[in-house]
Amino acid sequence: MPDSITPEIFRHLVDLAALELDEDEAEYLRRQLNGQLKAIAELESIELDSETAVTSHGVPYPDAIRPPLRSDDVRPANEADDILAQAPATEERYIVVPDIPHTELE
Amino acid sequence: MTDLCDRPAHELVGLLQSGETSAQAILESTLARIDAVEGRPPTTAPYIEQPDDRTRVHAYIAVTRDLARRQAKAVDDGLAAGRDPGPLAGVPVAVKDIFCVQGTPSTAGSRILETFVSPYTATPVARLEAAGAVVVGKANLDEFAFGSSSESSAFLPPPGNPWDPRRVPGGSSGGSAAAVAAGEAVVSLGTDTAGSVRQPAAFCGVVGLKPTYGRVSRYGLIAFASSLDCPALVTRDVEDAALVLGVIAGQDAMDATAAVVPVPDYRETLDAGVAGLRIGLSPDYIRLRFPDPVSGELRQQSIAPEVEAAVHEAAQALAAAGAEIVEGVPMPNTRFGVPAYFVISRVEAASNLHRYDGVKYGYRFPGEVADLKDLYRKSRGRGFGPQPKLRILMGMYVSAEQYEKAYYPRALRVRTRIRHDFEQAFDPAGPYRLDALLTPTTPATAFEIGAVYGDSVLMQYADLLTVPGNHAGVPGLSLPAGLDRQGLPIGIQLLGADFHEAMLLRVGRAYESLTASAGWRRVRPAVLQSVGSS
Repeated sequence: MPDSITPEIFRHLVDLAALELDEDEAEYLRRQLNGQLKAIAELESIELDSETAVTSHGVPYPDAIRPPLRSDDVRPANEADDILAQAPATEERYIVVPDIPHTELE
Repeated sequence: MTDLCDRPAHELVGLLQSGETSAQAILESTLARIDAVEGRPPTTAPYIEQPDDRTRVHAYIAVTRDLARRQAKAVDDGLAAGRDPGPLAGVPVAVKDIFCVQGTPSTAGSRILETFVSPYTATPVARLEAAGAVVVGKANLDEFAFGSSSESSAFLPPPGNPWDPRRVPGGSSGGSAAAVAAGEAVVSLGTDTAGSVRQPAAFCGVVGLKPTYGRVSRYGLIAFASSLDCPALVTRDVEDAALVLGVIAGQDAMDATAAVVPVPDYRETLDAGVAGLRIGLSPDYIRLRFPDPVSGELRQQSIAPEVEAAVHEAAQALAAAGAEIVEGVPMPNTRFGVPAYFVISRVEAASNLHRYDGVKYGYRFPGEVADLKDLYRKSRGRGFGPQPKLRILMGMYVSAEQYEKAYYPRALRVRTRIRHDFEQAFDPAGPYRLDALLTPTTPATAFEIGAVYGDSVLMQYADLLTVPGNHAGVPGLSLPAGLDRQGLPIGIQLLGADFHEAMLLRVGRAYESLTASAGWRRVRPAVLQSVGSS
């Protein structure tokens, strides 16, 4: 069976995923993904009639057990300094990033 | 006499309240055990195996001694001042390092979060602390909980199984289960997305409880697959599971998926027995399609004979105690649990992992970069290990419009079928009317470190018998049920209807009582045989 995820498709996925990979790692990952697709192909053997709905989570959430929406109140959040302290590079409470790719408009 | 650190929580709380011990004495007993069995602390440095590594447990990424000593002293001071110390007063807990705990590194076992110090505490941890529990450390795990052996952690050496440290403790909550089995914690908090608490509990000979999805708040849990993730717990016996679940369960203003369902006193009905209960057995959990352990080819086969035998022995014991055993319960979609999980969990993981970008927190590539996109690529390329990369790439592939071949909608509809199997089994007006379904927890006992890791398909199938419960959202309880010929623990699983944890605990407790005098219950894990008892 030919690989579903060709090197070309793989490169596209890697670009979408914003990952820099070395060659050996890339080939290992691509092989694993194609192996996983063979397991996923098991799903094709199940007959689904058109009425089978999708389930996005297992336990139903009827209104009776769904928490009510919170009231829209202003609440203090005092963790700003702690959160900002986690950023790898900051300057005067701004987070520093390198150049953002952009196109100059004429 | 049994060391304090080897006793169950409910006994320790009793000893504490009667003044026979102190929280600080319990903690010091636990810390001494950690010193005796833990081995060198795991790091993210390039891993070179040392001769000692496969003789030790390595359950923790970080042992929070100072925090624990402060918390234990506060419990003792409170007791001395006549205050109610709480239902888990002085109980040492290990927290899987995927829960945020304020002021401690919260790494998810990943290099990309190695430097992250959480500014807040997860709800289940906060509830344990409010109940008087003492946080001993952050337990090792598969990176972002992606695995079934705990070997994919960026923090190595990997955890070893206390029954044979050359073998894995299971995963992804491997450190949590190993810590409880080795007396390095009395209870622990893990997560279960496909079996990540039940499978390691089975491998380590301890009790693992995955509550119903929505029973316990996910606030402060670093997200993997949001529709499947469940905070879950590891304990030494069923009564402790009842005790801990009662503390952490219930609605939470910080998590809209935490259901508004009253939390019963899970201990009240523990000893109600099994007379008249309907316990199901399904052939679809015994013989099914999964990869051959040697060739890796998918084929119809039976699970390990000793594991199957443990399930039947448990059914006979429960029948002798008055339960009605219902054989032949059809669960025909069990075998699709792993393939559907390969799709659903990857789509959700890819989405959840976009936030790690080297900008807001965590690892940032320190060298030269061309622009912001290059910073993302280099930070993510070096910060993530192979498992997150695989999950992100697969998630993008099966959800991308040009490739998907309806993978994702098909998987979600298969999920409906899996859910239907459970609804039919537990339907009080249906043909089976089960109170619980009794199954094996895993197809086999613990495998050797390095034997499966690297083959992501074979590894995923370790969750074969646990993942259907996650798709359906139903609760599951794994119980120790003996040792195989190699002396490795066997686990059996009870699955129940939504929010029926009390029923599973009741059946589990009955099984525990029925087997209380079994010889295997007195065998201690290998790593403890060299540790003297005080």
